[in-house]
Order: sequence, then C-alpha cells, then structure tokens
Amino acid sequence: MADDSNAAQQGSTVTATSWMDEVEKVPGSKKPDPILVVDGVQRRFGGLVAVDVGHIEIQRGVITALIGPNGAGKTTFFNLLTGFDKPNEGNWSFNGQTISGVSPYKVARRGMVRTFQLTKVLSRLTVLENMRLGATKQRGESLLSAFFKPLWRQQEDEITAQARELLARFKLDAKADDMAGSLSGGQRKLLEMARALMVKPEMVMLDEPMAGVNPALTQSLLGHVKDLRTQGMTVLFVEHDMDMVRDIADWVIVMAQGTVVAEGPPHEVMANPAVIDAYLGSHHDAPLTAEDEQEQLAAAEAEMDAELDEQGKA
Amino acid sequence: MDWGNIIDNALRAFIGIDTVIYALAAIGLNVHFGYTGLLNFGQAAFLAVAAYGLAISVSISGLPFGVGIIVGLLGAVVLAILLGIPTLRLRADYLAIVTIAAAEIFRLIVRSASLRDQTGGSNGLSAFSEGFYSLNPFPKGSYGFGPFVYNERDTWVLLVGWVLIVLASTIVWLLMRSPWGRVIKAVREDEDAVRSLGKNVYAYKMQSLIIGGVLGSLGGFMLALGKGSVQPDLYGTELTFFAYTVLLLGGAARVLGPVIGSALFWLVLSLTDNILNQAIDAGYISSSIINSNQVGQIRFIMVGVALMLLMIFRPQGIFGDRKELALDGR
Repeated sequence: MADDSNAAQQGSTVTATSWMDEVEKVPGSKKPDPILVVDGVQRRFGGLVAVDVGHIEIQRGVITALIGPNGAGKTTFFNLLTGFDKPNEGNWSFNGQTISGVSPYKVARRGMVRTFQLTKVLSRLTVLENMRLGATKQRGESLLSAFFKPLWRQQEDEITAQARELLARFKLDAKADDMAGSLSGGQRKLLEMARALMVKPEMVMLDEPMAGVNPALTQSLLGHVKDLRTQGMTVLFVEHDMDMVRDIADWVIVMAQGTVVAEGPPHEVMANPAVIDAYLGSHHDAPLTAEDEQEQLAAAEAEMDAELDEQGKA
Repeated sequence: MDWGNIIDNALRAFIGIDTVIYALAAIGLNVHFGYTGLLNFGQAAFLAVAAYGLAISVSISGLPFGVGIIVGLLGAVVLAILLGIPTLRLRADYLAIVTIAAAEIFRLIVRSASLRDQTGGSNGLSAFSEGFYSLNPFPKGSYGFGPFVYNERDTWVLLVGWVLIVLASTIVWLLMRSPWGRVIKAVREDEDAVRSLGKNVYAYKMQSLIIGGVLGSLGGFMLALGKGSVQPDLYGTELTFFAYTVLLLGGAARVLGPVIGSALFWLVLSLTDNILNQAIDAGYISSSIINSNQVGQIRFIMVGVALMLLMIFRPQGIFGDRKELALDGR
C-alpha cells in the first residue's frame, strides 16, 4: 500500500495550502481528498450524549487537530473511530471502505493506528521488543511457525533493523535494551509514537501526544509529528495546548459538548466566536488584553475590599 | 533422629511423582498466568478432565490406552474453548471467577452419586493404567542409585513424567522466544496497546488458554497413572492453589520456574514432615504440644509462613528478576 498512495499523498502535501481556499470553513465541509469520512456518529451514555458528530471529513496528507474543552467528547470520538468503543448509531469510512463496527485490530491493519492519552508502553518488555511488536504480517506470530525459528528469523532481522532505525530517529536507540517501564513519561510518548509507525500506517491518530511531556521534549515530539506529514501520512491529534496546535496543525476541528462547532485553519478557528464560547462559556469575562486584565483585577480587588469593609462594620 | 533417612526422603520427594504432577500443572499455569496474564484459578479442572477422559475411556468404555490419552487431551482443549468463549472478552477477574467455578462444577459432577456407573462417584475409577504399565520396558527389579532406588513401576512413571516435563518446558521455551511469545507477553502488559497494533488479542488469549490447559493436563495423566486411580477430591481447588504456590516460588514467566518451584515445594514439605515426626518420636517435641496426627497440618502452617517470608523478601520467586517486577504494570 505504501508506494503508490505515498506518491498521491506527496502531491497533496505540496498543495497543502491551496486546497484550504476551496474548502468552506464550516463544520462538516467537503474536502477535496478525504481519507476519513464520518457520518452521523452518536454515542450515548444513558441520558448523556457524549458524541454527536453529524458529518466530518479529514483531508489526506495533512495534520488535523481535534480540540475542545474537557468533556467535549474528543477521546470518546477517537475510541469510536478506532473501534475501541461502539457507537449507538452512525458510520464512517476509511479510504473509501466502511470501517464502522470493525474491531480495533482490524482497523489498525487497514492502516489507521492510534496512540493513547495515558501512554500504553509494555513495561516488562524491552524497548526493542515493544518496537518489534508493531510490525505487521509477522510469520512468527502464528502459533505453528513460531516453533520453527528458520521460518521467521530473516523477517525478524528485517524488523529489528527497521526498529533500530526508527529508534535512532526518535533518539531512543541508547535505550533499546532497557525495559520500557524504566522510561520517563516523555520517552514513553516517543516510544508509543515510534511503535505506531512500525505498523506502517497511512493515518496516525494521536491522543494528546504532548500531555505530561517536558518542554524540551515537546519540541522534538512536534518535529516528529511534522515528519509524519512529510512522509505522506495523515495525522489526526487531540490536543489542549493551543500554541502547539497553532504551530503544527494545518486544519483544526473544534468539538464542544459532543458536537463539532467549528473547523478551519488554526488562526481563523481561534478567532471564531463559537470556539471562544465553547472554551470559555458564552458569558466569559476572561481578559483579552493586558489592560483588560489589569482592569478586571482592580475591579475584583475593589469588590473584595468593599466586602471586607462590610464585614468589619458588622 | 535419623538424619540420613530424613535427607533421603527429602531427595526422593525432590524428583518424586508429586513434583512431576505439580511441575506440569504449573508449567501450564505459567503459560496462562506468567506469560499471558490470564488469571486461571481452575487449573485443577484441566488435570481432572484429562484424568477422567483417560479413566472413563479405558475402564468404562473399554477403549485402548492410547485412545484414552487422546480423549483426555481433547477434553482439555474443549474445556479451554468452553471457558474462553464467554470470558476472554471480559476483564481478567471474570476468567478467575469462571475457571474456579468450572473446576468445582466438574469435580462435583464426576463425584455425584447418580453418575456412579460412569465416573465411579466419590470413589473414582481405577483399572485403567494397565495399558501404560504394559509399555514399561523395565523388567521386574529395582533401579537407581544412592537414595533414588525405585521398583520397575515407579521408575517407569518417573521416567515418563520427567520426559514430559522436558518436553513441556521445551515447548514453552520455543514459543516464548518467538514473535508469538512476544505478542503473548505484550497481552499480559496491556491488551489495548496490542489491539491498537493490529493483533487479534482474543485469538492469542484463546491459544494460550488451550496450550496451558493441555500442558497442565499432562499433570492430570501423571496423577491418574501414578496413583493408578482417579479420585474426584484430588482435583479440588487445593491443587490449583498449590500449583500457583509452586509457580510463584520458582518464579513466574521463567521457563524453569515451575520445575524448580515444584521440586523445592515438595522437598520442603517432606523435610518438615519428617523432621517433625522424628522429633516427636524421639521425644524432642513433647506430644502434649504436637502429636504425630497434627504434623500434617503443622507442616502446611510452616510452609505457609515460609512462603509469606518468601513473598516479602523475594517476591519475584527464585528465578525472577526483582527489577522487572518493580516496573509498574501501566
């Protein structure tokens, strides 16, 4: 699947900015070359509608960010798309094939691989074994051929070479023989991303790749995410950090209370009143400039003083 | 006190039939619990199904010995599938509940009075091991050296038992060094991570349940053949818990952990038993404190305390790696 689709994806990367002009900046807009198309997905927990997404298309070969306040349903939506949770209704297709209701491992085999918000490294396996596990179509993974090393040794060597190369790129090569459980939080994020790449996915779904990562490592992680796009992969990621979203996302989808409230290029979306409302509540009084902030602080102090005075009198 | 006798008995227990039975049961459990993380609390059922499969086929249905073995092995496979279908999609704790219940259900069914003609009820069955002993190549006599002197019958049972242990350990070693073993160990660490990488976790867990069950069932054959009978109450929950003890003692997720664990477990049981009995006989321990009828219980109390100390000071078992155990599961 890699070669021909890569070429197509390279093409779309080059014209990454031009396609945006043709696309309406409204929720559910049509994209010229969507890799993932979602239709009417709804997930209810009892009376609560956690996710209710009408229509959404994810453009191939670009980095799309999925943002929204806590509880907006971003992770639930991720779980639904990757088969880890089942929706009450709705369907979605990947590369033109419908994958609604398909089990998680089959979704991964189709080329859509995810990471998790709470990193899932396999603690008591070495870093290198973690990486090898990611490779698909391994002969030695079937029970009968597992007994006979000659059947899978050559493939194992190839996988190992590939794994070491990726580890070097993610600066984890020195840790290759350590247990994954001994890695720091940031290194675990790196390992999880590198391991996902061993599957050779067409689309990578990252659930909060930056959560709990120190600033020094954030830069390198950002670089790796951008790298994915250069290699022709499509990236969809959930993130809270607006600076990061502004920095690397080509397109932003905003969710609030389970629905998509806006989409568009980062700078436009951030200025969208619907988005500000979603994040801060429609009656927000958050400071917009330094002067505003001073003003609000002064007002608050005055109010407190007044209250204290009243208590003093009483 | 006759220390020579005490030590001879301990050494015989070290490689004895009980060691063989529990080593095989624990090797299977090691595949389930040690490598795959499946909490199977019904290992006794796999031994029981194999033993009864053999005994019923031969002594009730009159089939040849070889067919009885095949029936026993198939029984273990079927049991694994039956247990796996409803529980392997659920969380680990459910498997524990279902397996312990299934093991008890099986034991209670075969010991029920209404099935006396088929299973022998609470008396169990015998007269099925002729086929096994007729294969014995050792002529009548005694074999061995030093303390390890056995008659031709015991020599044959022990030889077959230890060959099975070598075979089972080799199978585990071959599997666990392969990419298949890697997936299995990864399932133990985090199922969802393995799913997200495109592996069919359910199928792997089922395979593991079947393999561990079949390896454990070899212990069931040895128990049946060693005793020359099957008796339902030998397959109670105690068997499973001893097998867990053996596994944790030797070190889980190590190929030889169950074997060493089993040998040491029975060595220690024999030592405590013999020392206490002889000390009472010799008057070192007044029979007003412990009499020889209580030794059976006391030695298990002592072994229990020893195991607690082991878990506190060496939680990884004898072969385990403490650093590995200290890594948190997530």
